[in-house]
Amino acid sequence: MDSRTLYDKLFDSHVVRHEADDTALLYIDRHLVHEVTSPQAFEGLRLAGRKPWRAQSIVATADHNTPTKDWALGIRDPVSRTQVETLDANIRAVGAKAYFPFLDRRQGIVHVIGPESGATLPGMTVVCGDSHTSTHGAFAALAFGIGTSEVEHVLATQCLLTKKAKSMLIRADGKLAPGVTAKDLILAIIGRIGTAGGTGYAIEFAGDTVRALSMEGRMTMCNMAIEAGARAGMIAVDERTLNYIQGRPLAPAGELWDRAAAYWRTLMSDPGATFDLTHTIDAASVRPQVTWGTSPEMVVSIEDRVPDPDRERDQSRRDWMERALTYMGLEPNTLITDIRIDKVFIGSCTNSRIEDLRQAAAMIRGRHIADNVKLALVVPGSGPVKAQAEAEGLDRVFRDAGFEWREPGCSMCLAMNDDRLEPGERCASTSNRNFEGRQGAGGRTHLVSPAMAAAAAVAGRFVDVRRLF
Amino acid sequence: MEPFRIHTGIVAPLDRANVDTDAIIPKQFLKSIKRSGFGPNLFDEWRYLDRGEPGQDPSTRPRNSDFVLNHPRYHGASILLARRNFGCGSSREHAPWALLDYGFRALIAPSFADIFYNNCFKNGLLPIVLSENDVDRLFHAVKAFPGFRLTIDLDAQSVHTSDGQHAYRFHVEPFRKQCLLHGHDDIALTLAHADEIRAFETKRLAEQPWLA
Ligand code: SF4
Repeated sequence: MDSRTLYDKLFDSHVVRHEADDTALLYIDRHLVHEVTSPQAFEGLRLAGRKPWRAQSIVATADHNTPTKDWALGIRDPVSRTQVETLDANIRAVGAKAYFPFLDRRQGIVHVIGPESGATLPGMTVVCGDSHTSTHGAFAALAFGIGTSEVEHVLATQCLLTKKAKSMLIRADGKLAPGVTAKDLILAIIGRIGTAGGTGYAIEFAGDTVRALSMEGRMTMCNMAIEAGARAGMIAVDERTLNYIQGRPLAPAGELWDRAAAYWRTLMSDPGATFDLTHTIDAASVRPQVTWGTSPEMVVSIEDRVPDPDRERDQSRRDWMERALTYMGLEPNTLITDIRIDKVFIGSCTNSRIEDLRQAAAMIRGRHIADNVKLALVVPGSGPVKAQAEAEGLDRVFRDAGFEWREPGCSMCLAMNDDRLEPGERCASTSNRNFEGRQGAGGRTHLVSPAMAAAAAVAGRFVDVRRLF
Repeated sequence: MEPFRIHTGIVAPLDRANVDTDAIIPKQFLKSIKRSGFGPNLFDEWRYLDRGEPGQDPSTRPRNSDFVLNHPRYHGASILLARRNFGCGSSREHAPWALLDYGFRALIAPSFADIFYNNCFKNGLLPIVLSENDVDRLFHAVKAFPGFRLTIDLDAQSVHTSDGQHAYRFHVEPFRKQCLLHGHDDIALTLAHADEIRAFETKRLAEQPWLA
């Protein structure tokens, strides 16, 4: 038989039927649901008099809109509260495999709780009305974000109409320098291929750098595949994948585990499988990354300066850079290490897992945030992450350093709740998007790794974490 | 969904690359549990000078007269001309809902982000991909001629100027085209294959019982 890519294997094993123009009807195993993109879908289902096809495929949580402090007071914004209550009512009406509602101790960001609960398994198709669903591809699942109409389509039919994407291999080899993380690696990749570089592709990340990453690091990489334009990112199964899953509440056990694991071990690209496009990255040369503009591809290393649009030949790109610099309030050629910050956010589905919090805590032990830092927030990705961090005493480390230790949720990644930047404020953030207004109207976001964000909080400006190792 | 066959309308030029869905409709408006009413907040941070919050009366808000949709000559525009990678970022379908609610029926750009592109078709909003050169030419034309209009014929897969002088062909997948031309409910189309889905599912869950 022909050599097949991991993507081929995942896609082909879910095709229910082909339509005339090679559009495929694809079967969906796991449907993750949150409060923001689902109400209109449930309503559509009701209006059409349809029932969910397989409610047992649903795993739901409230995360985008929930507050991260004063939980005892409930959700005070009435519009947000309605949205969260609507999710409660919808799940009550149709049922689910698991539901982690607001205030539940297992509640958290949908892309953190999926893997953590064992709801995400290798070989699955995983969808969610959220573009960062690509995160789950770290488990050799075919995982991608969908819109609300498609959420309704999956609810009603357990399938999606889709076309197979082209395949891209991104191979990273070499050892990351101490202090350089998966976040820096993926930012460097996006800087190189651009935010549209992966449009129309499904990306497989491979190479010995990726193999050496923890599952947390792999999730960080796949999470930001969407920032590279690809709907899906994925990584082959290895023993580390299986070790992470074994024993999770929703994962198979006993004899079923053995059968599943035997199958999962086949989930990798065959030797000789061909890709439509391949990029290779020398990971050893990657330095800590900091974005300077309003797109994740506007990124440089901590040793660099803010780029000068005058050196850009392409007119439309120059205009774009100038607009970004104006928005960001930055002068060309400024040293990145001279950029002072007002706030720090450690959290989001990119970097809010236990390993991220450990890396951040390691930078601040025995230190304190700088005077010019008005607010430094740590928002764990889920209740279990928070509990684990507290068991390790990380909450104390953060609190002693002047950080606020919050309840789980999306928080200042998209600022739908009260956690946000005020106009003009500058933030070192471990999230994934630095678009205009993303963290609050007029807010200025610099994307960095957890270690870089924590070190910046202490220094009040960006610093090279490699010096601290 | 409203069918799309032939549409003629005023073209508004949004001369920026990489317009993301956060810019198309900022997050504070995603708290709504409805599909409609997003039009007044389309491009909210660019269109108004104050901070947008749900429930404001748009007529009382200060407008940014520099923003293209606030120029009187583009009043009533129903075709948006944009640059590459339009609709990148978040999967929010509120973005096409807001564009439609504002009055847009079609978008023209050199490229669109994947999820956004998909979401448009589900709502009867037609995203048209033309080459960078053709899009450039259209930007010049729109800026040069007030009241510049285009006619889009989905069945013929063509875009042309009202004098018929310039015509551009575009590609659209046959399945999507049929759905849009007829305003099909694609859930109903899929459910026509319910037996096949059921058979596939039964076999799959038998072979991989841990998925149940
Ligand atoms: S943490 Fe941010 S990117 Fe992730 S799901 Fe929440 S809002 Fe989206």
